Amino acid sequence: MGGQGEAERVITGWAAKDPSGFLSPYSFSLRKIGEEDVYIKVLCCGICHTDIHQIKNELRMSGYPMVPGHELVGEVVEVGSGVSKFRKGDRVGVGLIVGCCRSCIPCQQEEEQYCSKKIWTYNDVYTDGKPTQGGFASHMVVDQKFVVKIPDGMASEQAAPLLCAGVTVYSPLKHFGLNKSGLRGGILGLGGVGHMGVKIAKAMGHHVTVISSSDKKRGEALDHLGADEFVVSSNAEKMQELADSLDYIIDTVPVFHPLDPYLALLRLNGKLILNGVINTPLQFVTPMVMLGRRSITGSFIGSMKETEEMLEFCKEKGLKSQIEIVKMDYINQAMERLEKNNVRYRFVVDVAGSNLD
Amino acid sequence: MGSQSKETERVVTGWAAKDPSGVLSPYCFSLRETGPEDVYIKVLCCGICHSDLHQVKNDLGMSHYPMVPGHEVVGEVVEVGSNVTKFTVGDRVGVGLIVGCCRNCNPCQRDEEQYCNKKIWSYNDVYTDGRPTQGGFASNLIADQKFVVKIPEGMASEQAAPLLCAGVTIYSPLKHFGLDKSGLKGGILGLGGVGHMGVKMAKAMGHHVTVISSSDKKRKEAMEHLGADEYVVSSDEEKMKELADSFDYLIDTIPVFHPLELYLPLLGLNGKLILNGVINTPLQFLSPMVMLGRKSITGSFVGSMKEMEEMLQFCKEKELTSQIEVVKMDYINQAFERLEKNDVRYRFVVDVAGSKLEP
Repeated sequence: MGGQGEAERVITGWAAKDPSGFLSPYSFSLRKIGEEDVYIKVLCCGICHTDIHQIKNELRMSGYPMVPGHELVGEVVEVGSGVSKFRKGDRVGVGLIVGCCRSCIPCQQEEEQYCSKKIWTYNDVYTDGKPTQGGFASHMVVDQKFVVKIPDGMASEQAAPLLCAGVTVYSPLKHFGLNKSGLRGGILGLGGVGHMGVKIAKAMGHHVTVISSSDKKRGEALDHLGADEFVVSSNAEKMQELADSLDYIIDTVPVFHPLDPYLALLRLNGKLILNGVINTPLQFVTPMVMLGRRSITGSFIGSMKETEEMLEFCKEKGLKSQIEIVKMDYINQAMERLEKNNVRYRFVVDVAGSNLD
Repeated sequence: MGSQSKETERVVTGWAAKDPSGVLSPYCFSLRETGPEDVYIKVLCCGICHSDLHQVKNDLGMSHYPMVPGHEVVGEVVEVGSNVTKFTVGDRVGVGLIVGCCRNCNPCQRDEEQYCNKKIWSYNDVYTDGRPTQGGFASNLIADQKFVVKIPEGMASEQAAPLLCAGVTIYSPLKHFGLDKSGLKGGILGLGGVGHMGVKMAKAMGHHVTVISSSDKKRKEAMEHLGADEYVVSSDEEKMKELADSFDYLIDTIPVFHPLELYLPLLGLNGKLILNGVINTPLQFLSPMVMLGRKSITGSFVGSMKEMEEMLQFCKEKELTSQIEVVKMDYINQAFERLEKNDVRYRFVVDVAGSKLEP
């Protein structure tokens, strides 16, 4: 890959420059391709709620300028000498993580998403000291370990949301042995991850109940997403009927909410799987977990192995995410609408088809 | 068993709480006649559990009086019903928290009857015949054979008593969550009846055991008498930080509100915080604390009869003894007071058969 005399690769992305979170064109350089690297031309990239938290410094760990985006699909342009899994022209995906230590127990157990030295796709620092930048950019360079092939026949914009929302649902269901058919699942909240939850759970052969704070999404949940049942959480009678009946609940609610009413819906050994990054403490009373041996747990995306499995699973089942495709110049409006939950159910930015400068 | 009208009802004496003051005093009541499935027991001894305190004082708001508490009962079989083959007169047996279940539901069918929605509690409940159930601080007890367990030969009765609740309370979740294999790193939060049992049982399973306590008071006991490997005071920030991300499980016996964010960081990937305290104030935590690390906050409730038998065999095999203080029935009110102040190492066991029960 040449001596140091080569010009650095300068590309354009859209970055937030401050906690207003407003994104605008930003030129920056990518590292030269190392042995293990894959140089990718970005085709499209999904917008996740976490992107909003990050660009607005809500998690109080944001560095600027920040190019967000961690559900990206692209085309391989060049590979390093140590890369045999991918070739030029392959369609690939990259998710939330682009580095890990490789030696800790999670890494060795192929659970590298739990490595305490993991490197995030953006808003982190890579091993070469450079800040990592995400998928709302023309290109990316990523270590091959964190690149996954998109199955033939799966549309790029369909695949994008799977790389975060999809694997976020798939991983805990697999880990907790909940991926067998015949189970009864609950999905709390119907955003990007929630809608994915309904689709993946149905594809696994589960009876799926969507639980929502309002009746607004009933039609969509039942008719478009294929849920079996839709319950409004303030309907005490319906909630009472559901008591002690669910094997698991995937909780995607992104704000404070009481847990006891949902714990009550779980049957013996049932699991409440939390996904929302919520800075206010959640509460419960101990008898609710003791009587019924229920668990409150959480999960964080999935491993690369699970991501590959999940993509194959979705391909096999013909699973399609419900998305709205937009151009890059719409991204700030998209972020605003996402904050108001005004999207069915994931924005995907057509990066390659946009004018980035 | 004769007709109901002719035979005199079996009248026994126990010590009952008559009101929410929780003060226990002699109380005569009748037990049902021995049915085909029943085992009629002469009580030898009975352990005192913190839940007994909650119940006699109506802390849970569901107490009925008069209430004879006691659910860690060891006794001798006096009579068995016609269908009972597992036990014979003279056998030493134990009875725990539950004396009835529906037998039909999923939990019942899976030998997890302690989670049956229609379970019947040993005391402060109503039996299938409409009578209130009364517990082990009495001369006799009658229980369906399903809920009676044999005490292993060679295991002292007063040693066995605390195992019937505190012991199985530890054993059951460790077994269920696959944490009964050796080489794990466990933490015990709180050192009362269940906590001390936790240390002993976890050590017997081959775990490295750390006791985490709010004060330094019990350090010596934990390390020298109970065999803990390490002892940490929870306010020691430096030590707690050192221990971050290292535990496979924590058995949390703390009976009052406490911040979970102090303990969750101690768990490693897939680690489990197993709650045992019946606490009416909500506990709290931040969701990232369970998500990053896929940790679980869970809880468990006693164990099944199957697990009770297994656990008793395990304790016999490992020669596990509980640390107890044996008292007579007339000391019971003082014992309850001391228990409330956590002033017992570590379980009171009432020598019922050796006590004078009548007023």
